[in-house]
Amino acid sequence: MATIIVKRPQLAWHEKAFISTLIKGLKITLGHAIKTLSQIIGRKPKVTMEYPEEKWDSNLPEYYRGAPALVTDEQDRERCVSCQLCEFICPPKAIKITPGEIPSDDPWAKVEKRPKEFEIDMIRCIYCGMCEEVCPEQAIYLRKDYAITGLSRKEMVHDKKRLYEIGGKRIGLVNKWNELK
Amino acid sequence: MAAFFANIDLTFLIVSLVKIVGFTFAAVLPLVTVCVYLERRFSAVIQDRVGPNRVGVPLTLLGFKKDVQILGIGGLFQAAADGVKFILKEDFTPKMVNTFYFWLAPCLTVVPALLTCAVLPFGSELNFSFLGLEEPVKAVIADLNVGPLYTFAIASLGVYGIVLAGWASNSKYPFLGGVRSSAQMISYELSLGLSIIPVFMVFGEMNLPKITQFQDAHGWLILPLWGDGLSLGRWVLWIPMLISFLLFTIAMFAETNRLPFDLAECETELVGGYHTEYSSMKFALFFMGEYAAMIIGSGLAVTLFLGGWSIPFAPLLGLDFQAGATPLWLGLLHIGTFFAKVLGFILFFILIRWSLPRFRFDQLMKFGWLFMFEAALANVLLTAVLMIWFPVK
Repeated sequence: MATIIVKRPQLAWHEKAFISTLIKGLKITLGHAIKTLSQIIGRKPKVTMEYPEEKWDSNLPEYYRGAPALVTDEQDRERCVSCQLCEFICPPKAIKITPGEIPSDDPWAKVEKRPKEFEIDMIRCIYCGMCEEVCPEQAIYLRKDYAITGLSRKEMVHDKKRLYEIGGKRIGLVNKWNELK
Repeated sequence: MAAFFANIDLTFLIVSLVKIVGFTFAAVLPLVTVCVYLERRFSAVIQDRVGPNRVGVPLTLLGFKKDVQILGIGGLFQAAADGVKFILKEDFTPKMVNTFYFWLAPCLTVVPALLTCAVLPFGSELNFSFLGLEEPVKAVIADLNVGPLYTFAIASLGVYGIVLAGWASNSKYPFLGGVRSSAQMISYELSLGLSIIPVFMVFGEMNLPKITQFQDAHGWLILPLWGDGLSLGRWVLWIPMLISFLLFTIAMFAETNRLPFDLAECETELVGGYHTEYSSMKFALFFMGEYAAMIIGSGLAVTLFLGGWSIPFAPLLGLDFQAGATPLWLGLLHIGTFFAKVLGFILFFILIRWSLPRFRFDQLMKFGWLFMFEAALANVLLTAVLMIWFPVK
């Protein structure tokens, strides 16, 4: 095996005495300072995005994992069949589902179940996306909302209504329950 | 007793009091907050960031629509917000500390730092003849003939605050910080004192106001570009003066515990060093003491080497100091010049802090004892020899 013996650089006396190295260092820091300062004065800082005024929402990647939410299909049916897989896989145990039966006079009676209550505690949620991954019905999705705030713990628990509000309608994919098929 | 009171010069008392309050509490302490702001903004731009640029005067709390940014520069109110934060935080005294010394330590850091303000000439003279004062007011709190000696004597008391904080906290990190700091400050004090002996030899004077007046008329010590400064003698003496300036600046960094010599509080090794156990206003006092020491140190360096309040090329511009005949506006301009120079020097302090890594402790002591000390001594000798052939004045 070829070994390379790395030689220590031979420093000149002025480098050893911190004279030229100090000047070099000051040049670098001062250069950065002047460059950034001129950018700030020109109101165009290249690196920092000033958050509430500028957001990178439009540049969020496709795979961005934001707040999880429930979706309905194109006929406004709740996709969730309350199988509770997401509840069981959720690592921080943020999801709580109370399953309910669909009454027999409902046009979607053959789906049999839908959640009576569906709560995600956004204080606990770690945005891992396991719920999305595990869902057999593609009913839960991680959206691109990331600024989830609230003034109380209660406000931070998203109930079913809020989850559908965030999620909206999702067309396509699983057509198992659609009349069209 | 009545005779004693009758002898008190009331005008002198009032003028002194105004100077003390004005310079110490209305100039140096607010300058500390300005330093903190500068430190944060300057370090930000060095690291390609923006820094605190939002806090304005919080008029929204009073029902106005927008916060007002001072001078249109965002974030100038940040320092005040920091101060309020320090006051409102819980002041926690751990159970195992030695309470008396624990409380004494922060005071011992701030008080010496502020006491040293007394001898700094922050301006030339202020002519208040319209107020009925016949003599122009000297813009220095105490016009002592032993100014720098006084400064060093008081400034070296600052180490007690740090040592006491380290010891009284009864905790290992503060203890290590305190031990390091005492060793460091004692070794660098020597070279700090020795490094400016050549300066006093050249001036033949230890009165800081007079030193500044001399520089105003004959060119700054390390920039002798006008008056007598253009003579050969001054330029030959410029070499030891430059060495002296460099040594003084380095020792000043060590004295004020600034990077690259901040071994007393290095965050990466000692958590926070000697102030690890402190919180709230007690911590803020350490902070203030350190920055005040920095301001005074810069003030001293500016006064000794960079002409203090003197305006560059003053005799050529006609802005030089005439004893007893300086108009008020020129006096105020001199004060402004002094603070501008001090701020410039502080910016240099900050630039160094964000450029250089910290020394290892043995390197620090070796540098202090084996280089700084000898160099300062040799410089005294060099100046003395050069002054045989090129006497000043």
